[in-house]
Amino acid sequence: MNNNGMNNALKLAASLSCGALFGFGLALSGMTDVSKVIGFLDLFGAWDPTLAFVMGGGLAITLPFFQFGIGKMQAPLFDEVFRLPTRADIDAQLIGGAAFFGIGWGLVGLCPGPAIASLAYLNVDIFYFGAAMALGMFAAEQLDGFLITEKVRP
Amino acid sequence: MPESFINALLGGACIGLAATLLMILLGRIAGVSGILFTALKSPLDNFWAIFFFSGLLLGAFGYHFISGNPVPTFDVSLPLIIAGGFIVGLGTKMGSGCTSGHGICGIGRLSVRSIIATCTFMLFGFITVFVRLHGGLL
Repeated sequence: MNNNGMNNALKLAASLSCGALFGFGLALSGMTDVSKVIGFLDLFGAWDPTLAFVMGGGLAITLPFFQFGIGKMQAPLFDEVFRLPTRADIDAQLIGGAAFFGIGWGLVGLCPGPAIASLAYLNVDIFYFGAAMALGMFAAEQLDGFLITEKVRP
Repeated sequence: MPESFINALLGGACIGLAATLLMILLGRIAGVSGILFTALKSPLDNFWAIFFFSGLLLGAFGYHFISGNPVPTFDVSLPLIIAGGFIVGLGTKMGSGCTSGHGICGIGRLSVRSIIATCTFMLFGFITVFVRLHGGLL
């Protein structure tokens, strides 16, 4: 295996491992349990604050890393550059999209990460959810420019 | 502190660590909706995304295998599943991210866009559940 092939294999192994740790965390935290998620979103009813700790635990790691750690690195280990978002504009697309996402999340109790991870539970209903989610993404891509008229393109 | 709180905290830390490692190793934001669209759009150029998703399933399976805890039930009506899934896909593509990309990575980067997006989807999640459970709808 040449250097490039080796790097590629390491990259895929790293990606698989990160995904596994992520999926383990989702299942451990309760994020794949829709009844828990709905309990968390029931702020104005019988609120279950448990899942707020998931974001707390996650940010306890990502916040110091993104504020202090990443700046000390030139490049990622298995790629050329860090691919970080650059947009800073607050537009109707961001707010409207987030609002739609919140509505869908509240309707079922699954957001994209737990939806994909819980495909492992082999419940056909979760596959339907995943397929509908994929369709929704392509629909948004098709509607781009129609849903959003005042978007500033660089 | 009840065990479920500790599990939530530890699970969240695993997610945060996974997101940090994905950035250190591959230079990618661990935003599941974004990675999903990338994988669907051009899978052959993004094997890493397919491996990431294989890992997600393996990790969730592994948790239940190791802990012996049963997998959670998922008892939602089919029309609601389809409608909810579609809106989640539409909204996350339109709004450039979901709970992981905006909530865990974006807020970690102190991105104003992500902070606003996270507050917005949480608020609409709260409102939707309120209307569903206490508004006599659905």
